[in-house]
Amino acid sequence: MNTSIWHRDNAEAVVAEARNLIKKQLPQASRRQFLARGLTLGGLGLLSGCRIDDSPTAEAALTRISHFNDRVQGWLFDSSRLAPTYPDSMITRPFPFNAFYDESKVPEVDASSFLLEVTGLVANKRRWTLDELRALPQYAQVTRHICVEGWSAIGKWGGPRFGDFLRAVGADLSARYVGFQCADDYYTSIDMATALHPQTLLALDWDGQPLPPKYGFPMKLRMPTKLGYKNPKHIQTIFVSNTFNRGYWEDQGYNWFGGS
Amino acid sequence: MRTLRLGALNNALMPSLTHQPPKRSASLQPLWLRITHWLNAVAVLIMVMSGWRIYNASPIFDFTFPNGITLGGWLGGALQWHFAGMWLFVLNGLAYLLLNLITGRFGRRMLPVSPRGILRDAWLALTARLSHADLGHYNQVQRAAYLFAVADLILLVLSGLVIWKSVQFPLLRELMGGYDMARRIHFFCMTAIVCFVAVHLLMVVLVPRSLLAMLLGRATFRSSDKESSS
Repeated sequence: MNTSIWHRDNAEAVVAEARNLIKKQLPQASRRQFLARGLTLGGLGLLSGCRIDDSPTAEAALTRISHFNDRVQGWLFDSSRLAPTYPDSMITRPFPFNAFYDESKVPEVDASSFLLEVTGLVANKRRWTLDELRALPQYAQVTRHICVEGWSAIGKWGGPRFGDFLRAVGADLSARYVGFQCADDYYTSIDMATALHPQTLLALDWDGQPLPPKYGFPMKLRMPTKLGYKNPKHIQTIFVSNTFNRGYWEDQGYNWFGGS
Repeated sequence: MRTLRLGALNNALMPSLTHQPPKRSASLQPLWLRITHWLNAVAVLIMVMSGWRIYNASPIFDFTFPNGITLGGWLGGALQWHFAGMWLFVLNGLAYLLLNLITGRFGRRMLPVSPRGILRDAWLALTARLSHADLGHYNQVQRAAYLFAVADLILLVLSGLVIWKSVQFPLLRELMGGYDMARRIHFFCMTAIVCFVAVHLLMVVLVPRSLLAMLLGRATFRSSDKESSS
């Protein structure tokens, strides 16, 4: 994926092109990867000489159950239930860097020329400067970041509520998904209910300072109700839609909802 | 010599079985119990092996499990197995508990159990005087072990819920001592059930007829025997 599919004022075309890209690239690539990584039923497989678990049938069944689990999590999700917050003294220092690439590959984004693109099912598709985002009411919270790998770390993020931002751009709040395209070529999407959760921040700050590059400058979507890989960094484009429910890790097999 | 003696005891006890109401004595292990037992065995195998792979992604302690004995191939695959296996594990477990309560089997087979009784039967077992002739009767060490396994599996589900949904289950999270503590509890409960399975399998090797009972519902291959009419 590159950023070229993300255009303003042509939501339909973007969706169509995204669909084409999905057809062309990912099923093939991710499928091969999935099979290459192989699902070995460990010792049993070795003993019996047969592998029940790398068949396309098992893969398809597991994917279907994962989609079913998305629906269960959407049903379990309570918009008014807040993630626990912690005192500043409990912030994990140094807060771990985590991405699908090495820390030396962190993208450099120029603050002065940066413009956030908003497209899809929104009334106002103008671009936003960082100063304009800082002019929205700002909130800060100390919450636990839980990684899909199991570790967790407590951090302090600040910025406007994402719900406030979506209302400011006149987003269709009945749309199903909000998608994100990032400067590091990461992409993901979330459900609208989580997007509107009061603790979901369009984080511009980490620990009272502008987000350092390694934590996602210029902005990161911070959701204490979702696992780490659902929290995109270096966001360039925000896209409201009813169809785009993909993600960098999700396309490889991670659960899409990824709720906590 | 040992098997001969067990066989003799078995024969001696058979008449008493025929005196019980036919429905209750029809099968040492009723069909629903055998089904839930083996589904549970498959579910626990899936959960433990995929769980080891998930653990390896971020070990709590200073070791990892060899990837060859894990399930899933990579973290994403292991998570898919784990969160698919959980449905089989939980739904089957609920069916097991419900059927135990409805049929009254739980009270009949698992109770009474007391520390004194456990010690007595443990001593009898260690001195090779504990009878395994009647597979329909659990000794108190057995009862304690099975009750422990059931409680351990319930705790595995509860701690797993906190790890999966720490925000959505706040009460459970606080009871478990927070997210990180829930991970440790989940790990220790896994260790406990693996130890249980090891001892369980050893006991099956020592009393192989119990495997037949769990497969066929009776302790013999012949279906024409009086006590196994079903």
